[in-house]
Amino acid sequence: MQTTLKINGESWTLDVDPRTSLLDALRHHLDLTGTKKGCDHGQCGACTIILNGRRINSCLTLAVMHDGDEITTIEGLGEPGRLNPMQEAFVRHDGYQCGYCTPGQIMSATGMLDEVSQGWPSHVSASLEGDVPLSREEVAERMSGNLCRCSAYPGIVRAIRETAGEVSE
Amino acid sequence: MYAFDIKRPRSVEEAVAALADGEAQALGGGQTLIPTLRQRLADPGTLVSLSGIAELKYVRMEGDVLRIGGGTTHAQVAREAAAHYPALASLAGRIGDPAVRNRGTIGGSLANNDPSACYPAGALGSNATVVTGAREIAADDFFQGLFETALDEGEIVTEVRFPVPEAARYEKFIQPASRFALVAVFVARFAGGVRVAVTGASESGVFRWAEAEAALAADFTPEVVRGLTVQAEGMIGDLHGSAEYRAHLVGVITRRAVEGALA
Repeated sequence: MQTTLKINGESWTLDVDPRTSLLDALRHHLDLTGTKKGCDHGQCGACTIILNGRRINSCLTLAVMHDGDEITTIEGLGEPGRLNPMQEAFVRHDGYQCGYCTPGQIMSATGMLDEVSQGWPSHVSASLEGDVPLSREEVAERMSGNLCRCSAYPGIVRAIRETAGEVSE
Repeated sequence: MYAFDIKRPRSVEEAVAALADGEAQALGGGQTLIPTLRQRLADPGTLVSLSGIAELKYVRMEGDVLRIGGGTTHAQVAREAAAHYPALASLAGRIGDPAVRNRGTIGGSLANNDPSACYPAGALGSNATVVTGAREIAADDFFQGLFETALDEGEIVTEVRFPVPEAARYEKFIQPASRFALVAVFVARFAGGVRVAVTGASESGVFRWAEAEAALAADFTPEVVRGLTVQAEGMIGDLHGSAEYRAHLVGVITRRAVEGALA
């Protein structure tokens, strides 16, 4: 089935079986292997990408459901030699150990900072209105969909809070 | 997954036409159905993807009723219902995790009627009305047991109407790894009475706890729940908690929900 996806600013027309997840389309059909397959059923967050401005699990959606949609993957944020600030902060704060969950963590964090900038409260926010200070607790709640089995969470949280301008270390 | 064809309608009318084929199944945000397909637990000949239908995505107040389009994501409800119905917005903001909330829809969740899902408790506890292309179904008639609803084949949830109560709270005791409700309770106090809807606990799916409703209607305080008990028979027992444990939690979580509603 023909589907056109706009990925990292570039248009791709694919002819894929309707069963193909967006994750498999990215990895196997487009060779964009930065997006990782962890659990393949929406629990680990390793496959997080940004779809029309919002973070989603690419394993829990079919490529053919996204004809005309805009997708950003980790490759679209930056690559070695030209990392974006979030990627650099993850390196600086050692926000990983094995690194497998890292692209998903970075994509999720990127989507999350956009949600915060638009004033979306979370379950742990003290108020439903106004600016949200990105405390450690806020980051933990908002990043709850991204698991790191190496438990590099302290570095992940520091990297995200620094990128958000909450702390300077 | 078994092979299927997929249709991508742009309007409710096109979706209803596509679903007229008996083998076809509606696909909302896919956060449950896609894993189900992957495990080969479903074998629809045709999937009808509803996510491209813009007219199904809205949150708006009309009079004293909050209307939510069937294709509205949990994230949108969490954000846009907050000013009108904070307890429902809070429920939506705790479903799954943020990525799931950006795709999962209210219509999909209600149509699936998972015994541990959050929205069935919100709809039943609020005395909501589920609207489809063909008819309006009261929440009391909509939920018919484990993964069973009053929906006919091919019928899709186009809107859910929530009367806004005077006070309400969704209290969720989570299984920490999955964040699914081990037991969760939606309590709502209306001028005409109190509703208590329990999810996560029963093998028959979401249910109203009539005894607590009567006690709370007479005296809306946490203390009146203290003496009430729920039978363990018919409760879910699994590695996360026994049936007796869940029955006990129903009382505890109802009490906390009332405390929250009064706060």
